[in-house]
Amino acid sequence: MKAKNQRLVLVAAAAFALLAAVLLAMWGLKDRASYFFTPADIAAGKATDGQAMRLGGMVERGSIKREPDGVTIRFIITDGKARTPVTYRGIVPDLFREGSGAVAEGHLQNRTFVADTILAKHDERYMPPELGNLAAEHKAGKTLEK
Amino acid sequence: MIAEAGLAALWLAAGLAALQFVLMVLALRSPIDVCRAMRGVAVVQGALTLISFAMLLIVFARSDMSVALVFENSHSAKPFIYKVAGTWGNHEGSMLLWVTVLSVAGAFFALLSKRAGERTAIAALGAQAALALGFYAFLLIASNPFARLFPAPPDGRGLNPLLQDPGLAFHPPTLYLGYVGLSVAFSLAVGALLTGEVDAKLARAMRPWVLGAWLLLTLGITAGSYWAYYELGWGGYWFWDPVENASLMPWLAATALLHSINVLAARGALKAWTMMLAVIAFSMSMVGTFLVRSGVLTSVHAFAIDPERGTFLLALLGIYVGAAFVLFAVRGATLREGASFELVSRETGLVINNLLLSVILGIVFLGTLYPLFVEAVSGEKLSVGAPYFNAVAGPLALILTVLVGVGPLLSWRRERRSRLKTLTIPALIGATALAITVILWPGMNILPRLGLMVAAYLLVAGTLPLVARNPLRAPLATWGMVVAHLGIAVALAGMAANAAFTSERLAVISPGESLTLGPWTVQLETVEPAAGPNYTAIEGKLRATRGSGLTMLRPQTRYFSDPPTETNEAAIETFWNGQLYTVIGKADTAGGWQVRLWWKPFVTLIWTGGALIAFGGALALVGRAWRSRRRTSGGWRKERYA
Repeated sequence: MKAKNQRLVLVAAAAFALLAAVLLAMWGLKDRASYFFTPADIAAGKATDGQAMRLGGMVERGSIKREPDGVTIRFIITDGKARTPVTYRGIVPDLFREGSGAVAEGHLQNRTFVADTILAKHDERYMPPELGNLAAEHKAGKTLEK
Repeated sequence: MIAEAGLAALWLAAGLAALQFVLMVLALRSPIDVCRAMRGVAVVQGALTLISFAMLLIVFARSDMSVALVFENSHSAKPFIYKVAGTWGNHEGSMLLWVTVLSVAGAFFALLSKRAGERTAIAALGAQAALALGFYAFLLIASNPFARLFPAPPDGRGLNPLLQDPGLAFHPPTLYLGYVGLSVAFSLAVGALLTGEVDAKLARAMRPWVLGAWLLLTLGITAGSYWAYYELGWGGYWFWDPVENASLMPWLAATALLHSINVLAARGALKAWTMMLAVIAFSMSMVGTFLVRSGVLTSVHAFAIDPERGTFLLALLGIYVGAAFVLFAVRGATLREGASFELVSRETGLVINNLLLSVILGIVFLGTLYPLFVEAVSGEKLSVGAPYFNAVAGPLALILTVLVGVGPLLSWRRERRSRLKTLTIPALIGATALAITVILWPGMNILPRLGLMVAAYLLVAGTLPLVARNPLRAPLATWGMVVAHLGIAVALAGMAANAAFTSERLAVISPGESLTLGPWTVQLETVEPAAGPNYTAIEGKLRATRGSGLTMLRPQTRYFSDPPTETNEAAIETFWNGQLYTVIGKADTAGGWQVRLWWKPFVTLIWTGGALIAFGGALALVGRAWRSRRRTSGGWRKERYA
C-alpha cells in the first residue's frame, strides 16, 4: 500500500471507530439511560414492572421496618412529591439511615420496589448527583416528611 | 511557620515554572542554548513542590489544627498512618499531590531523558511548565492547602472512617503517579508537534514514560477494585461508578498508546495517530481529575456551593486540551507518514487493537458524561449504570481479548511465514472449555460462559510468542508482553468464575447455630464487643469448616464517634480455590444476628491478573531500559568528545 493511500485508510478507520463508538453508545443509552427514577416518576406511571432501574430519594423518617425473618427490611423512599415502598433483603450498607438520601437498584413489582442493592457510598458527603437538589432542600430545613 | 514555608515553596515553584515557559518561547523563536538552564529550572521546581508537599505532611502528622485543612480532615486521636494519609485524602491535599507528581515527573524528565532531540526536549519542558503553571494557579488562587484558622480549634473533625484503610491510603498516590506520568508523554507529543520531529527516536524517548504510567495506572485500578471489594462489604469488584470510570478512561487511552508507540518506535509509522493518542491519554487524566475534583459528580450542587473550583478546573481542561488539539490539527497533517505496510501485518493488528480500544473508550466516555450533558441541556437528572456499560462495552472487550492472542503472531510489514496455524491448538482448547461449561453447568449465563472460553484460549495463545523461539533468549520486553497478555486471561477467568460460581447466603442466626454454603458449614460462635484505636465494634466469631479444614473469621461492625459513622468490616479468608467472604449486620430482638456469606470460587484471579498485567509492564520497562543503556553507553562518550 502506498503511504498516501495508507494514511487515507487510517483516517477512514479512525472516523469509522469514532462513528461506531457514538452509534453504539447512543443505541445503548437509548435502551438503558432511563435508568434512574424518582418516586414522582413512578407515581406518574413512567416505569413498568420488572424493568431494571434505580430509585433515588430520601428514606422517610420512621419508615424502616424489619420483617420477622430478620433480613428483609421495608422502608419508604420519598422525594417530597410521592412515596414508593421498598423491600430489601440483605444487610443495609454503611451510612444508610432514616432521613438521609439513598439510591436502590432493582425493579418494580406490584407498585413496590424490590431492591437488589442499596448503593454503598464512598463518603458520607457523597450524594448521587440525581439527588442533589433534594439533599440541599432537606438540609435547608424543608423537611420532606408527610 | 511550617505551613508558611510550604506556601512560599509553592509560590517559588510557580515562579520557576513561569520562567521555564518563557525560556521555551524564547528558545523556539531564536535558536539559543537554554536546554541546560531549563533542565536545571525543572529540577529545582520539582524539588520545591516536593518540599511544599513535605511541609503539608508534617502539618498533618503533627495534627496542627491551626491549619484549616488539618482541622477539616484530621483528628488527634487518629492512628498515625491515617494522619499521614489524610494529607491527600481531601481536595486541596490531593491537588497539591497532583502538582507535586507533575513537577517531579518534569524534573526526572529533565534529568533522565537524553533520547529526545534537544529542540524537542526544550519544547517538552516548556509544555510541562505550562501544565504545571495552571495547576499552581489553581492551588494558589482557588484551593490553598495551607490556609490558617484563627483561633486554632482544640481538635479536628476527623476523617471519614471508610477512608481509614491501608488500601485507600496508598491507592490514590499510585493512581496519581499514573495519571500524571502521562503528562510527560503529552508534553513530549506537544513538543514534537511544535518542532516537527515526530520519529522513532521520539517514540523511544516517550515509551518508558508511557509504560511506567500505564503500569502504575494498572496497579492503581487493581488496588482500587480490591479495596471496594473488601471494604464496602458488598461483594462486588467493579461498579462502573463515574469515579471508577475516571481512572479507567486514561488507562484505555494509555493502553492504546502503549501499542501504537511500538509501531512508531519499530517502524516509524502511525505518527499522527500516536501523537493524538498521547494528547488524548493525558486529556483523559485531566477529565478524570475534573470529574472527581470539581464536585460535578459528588453533587450537582458542588458547582453552586463552590463554583470557583469547578469552573477553574474546567477552564484549565479547556485551555490545555483545546490548545493541544489545535496544535495537532495544524501540525498533524504536515507529518510525513513513515514506512508503509501490507493489509495483513503486525501494524494492522495494532491498528485494530487501537480502534477497538478507542471505541471502548468512547463508549465509557459518553456513558459517563451523558448524565451531565442531559442535565446541562434539559435539567433532567438520570444515571447510566452497569447494564449500559456491560451490554455495550462487554462484547467489544471480549472480541479484543480474542485478538490479543492473534496480534503478536503477525510479523511486521507483511505476513511472510504465517504462524497463525499455531492458533489451532488454543482454539481447540477454548472450544473444549466451552464444551465443559455446557456439559457441567447447563444453566450458566452466556457472558461468563464466553469469558471462560476466551480465557482458556488466551492462556495458551498468549504463550505462543515464546514457544516459537528459545524462551531464555527472548528479549525481556517480549516476556513482559507475554506476561501482561496472560494477565488478561487470568483476570478474565476470575471475572467469569465470579459471575458464574458465586454462592451467597443471608440469614439471621443466633450464637451456636450454623449455615451451609457451597462446601462450607459456618457456625456463629459468639458475638462480642471489641475496641480499636478510635472506634468500638461488635465482632462476630464465625467458625467455618470444609471437610476437616477449620477457619475462624471475625467480621465486625464498627462505630466511629467523630464523625458518627458505622462501617461493616468484612472478614475474608483466601484459599487456593476461592474466597470465603463474611459480613455481620444488625441484631434482632430475639438475640439473632444478620450474617451474610459469600463463597467466591477463584475470585482472586481478578486481581492476580491485574498484578500480572502490571508486572508484564515492569518487565518490559526494565528490559527496554537495560537494552537502551547498553546501546547508548558508547554513543554518549562519542558525543562528549565531539
